[in-house]
Amino acid sequence: MDQAVASSLPSDIAQLVASRSGHTVALGIRYAAHGADWAELTLDYDRRLISDLSTGILASGPIVSLMDTVCGTAVWLKRGEFLQHATLDLRIDYLRPAQPGHRVTGRGECYRLTRRIAFTRGMAHDGDPHDPIAHVTATFMLSAEGFGAAS
Amino acid sequence: MTKVALLPYADFLGIRIVEADGDAPLLAMPWSEGLGGAPERIHGGALAGLLEIAAIAAIDATLDDPAQARERFKPISVTVDYMRPGLMVETYARGEVVRIGTRIANVAVEAWQDDPERPIATARMNVAIGAPGA
Repeated sequence: MDQAVASSLPSDIAQLVASRSGHTVALGIRYAAHGADWAELTLDYDRRLISDLSTGILASGPIVSLMDTVCGTAVWLKRGEFLQHATLDLRIDYLRPAQPGHRVTGRGECYRLTRRIAFTRGMAHDGDPHDPIAHVTATFMLSAEGFGAAS
Repeated sequence: MTKVALLPYADFLGIRIVEADGDAPLLAMPWSEGLGGAPERIHGGALAGLLEIAAIAAIDATLDDPAQARERFKPISVTVDYMRPGLMVETYARGEVVRIGTRIANVAVEAWQDDPERPIATARMNVAIGAPGA
């Protein structure tokens, strides 16, 4: 396997997010924006993701998945390489429920990178970034391994 | 028959109740493509979702009328620790209500795969369970 090819960060981050499979695709997580150490992704409202039929409020689980993905993407951007990592811990505060029917936007930044650990933080909102629905902090264990050409 | 019913998001993840006799229900989440994160690993968010659903099921099991109470439930915070990789096999989870008052429930949850003594992830969750002022 060509490690250099496998680990280079695609210049098109939207393509990177779109090329992922599994849980992020199942949830409908999509690319919105990014910078040198941050990423913004969205999660559309979906009745399959709610916590209660009578209220239609989005469950907290999909928001955790969005924020874990957002923070992990920020780690790739900060490292400048598409290398493997694993979430070590994640803490999320649910400030208020997301409004039913609203798209949720998650934004995360990697604010500190060491050889072994990446420290990240982020927030989620459902339309107004100044009225967040959740705050998150997460740390990631870094690996030097790439993903291989197949993935 | 158990009085505990899982939330709609639990169906999305493929979670079912495998044992409801004890203090808190035992949940199982079979591997499926929709749970995948890194190659051959479960996504950390999907594991967190399982832990949260197990925490809420554990609270439900302590209540007389969980269906009535459910719409008042609001998650406040969750802290997840990931200990081992989640492999492409079935994952189990069970919550333990550490303290339940009139307004807040605090729940400890563990998730494991082959061996309950070797958790792959644990969480602590605070849930608001009562109406404000109740």
